[in-house]
Amino acid sequence: MATSKFEGRYDRNFNTLSLEEQKILGASEVAVIGLGGLGGGVCEMLARVGVGHLTLIDGDFFESSNLNRQLLSEEHLIGIPKAQAAKNRVNAINSEVIVKHLVEYVDESNLYERIKNADVVMDCLDAIDTRFMLQKTAQKASIPIVFGAIAGVTGQVTTIFPGDKGYELIYGQKSRKQSKGVETKTGNIAYCALFVAALQSSECLKILLDRGDILRNKLLIAELWTNTFDIMDLV
Amino acid sequence: MYHFNNSRSKKCKLKIMIKIDLKLFVTLSKYLPKDSGCLEIPEETTVEKLILDVGIPLEFVKLIFINGKRQDSNYRLKNNDRVGLFPPVGGG
Repeated sequence: MATSKFEGRYDRNFNTLSLEEQKILGASEVAVIGLGGLGGGVCEMLARVGVGHLTLIDGDFFESSNLNRQLLSEEHLIGIPKAQAAKNRVNAINSEVIVKHLVEYVDESNLYERIKNADVVMDCLDAIDTRFMLQKTAQKASIPIVFGAIAGVTGQVTTIFPGDKGYELIYGQKSRKQSKGVETKTGNIAYCALFVAALQSSECLKILLDRGDILRNKLLIAELWTNTFDIMDLV
Repeated sequence: MYHFNNSRSKKCKLKIMIKIDLKLFVTLSKYLPKDSGCLEIPEETTVEKLILDVGIPLEFVKLIFINGKRQDSNYRLKNNDRVGLFPPVGGG
């Protein structure tokens, strides 16, 4: 934008995005919860497209097994907090983005305070029970959630608004929830993680700009061995 | 128990058979018989019975889609239904 140190930074966003929309993004705040395979991609894309305020939360530190897919991980960053690497990466891409980074795991005692000012919460977590907790907290704060989940080369994306059933429709009743899915058996492949992160980023922008078709009560599924891409009705 | 395309067993001769398209995702794909998703089954078979008959432990199935819509395991299958079954996917 006109005030940018890097005149022309957003030139290639136009006219897919209007100047007015670019300004809306600049004034928006998004919380990214989980900074692994999905969260790293989401940070990269939201910072580049021009979301002005990012809250980046993860209590984990990089290890070697992250290098196969997590965009923020680098060999020399093993042992470094993911949230710190995320902040550094966003700053390096777009110093106009105001970043708040927190090296902590979210729980019921801290999450509300962390996300209450966000316009959108990005669920990039890897534990199903924590996702339920995130939904409860985000709904209490009346904030929409963009969900992404992966296993192997399969991905799922949906958007959950306050009042929606959300994860109950995907994982079943909360009492029957489990912490991990089949990704513990399949691992996760880089291009699937980044593909799902891209879809999540797209959902986030559509919510912020109130534009396009949002995956509310719909689950987008992708299976990359068979090029299966479909949108399922959850209700 | 299930038969592909035109094959029929004597056991099922008197029942009205329907064809369904079964797609199994992620770790469930190993249960798909002979790499084919086209199955012939008795009309009104529930999804739960289908899951058990192809050998998948019920607790492995988290999401059931019929013709692009989420359904419960007591859904009774109809001719040409497209069935998709997912295990829990939770990675990030």
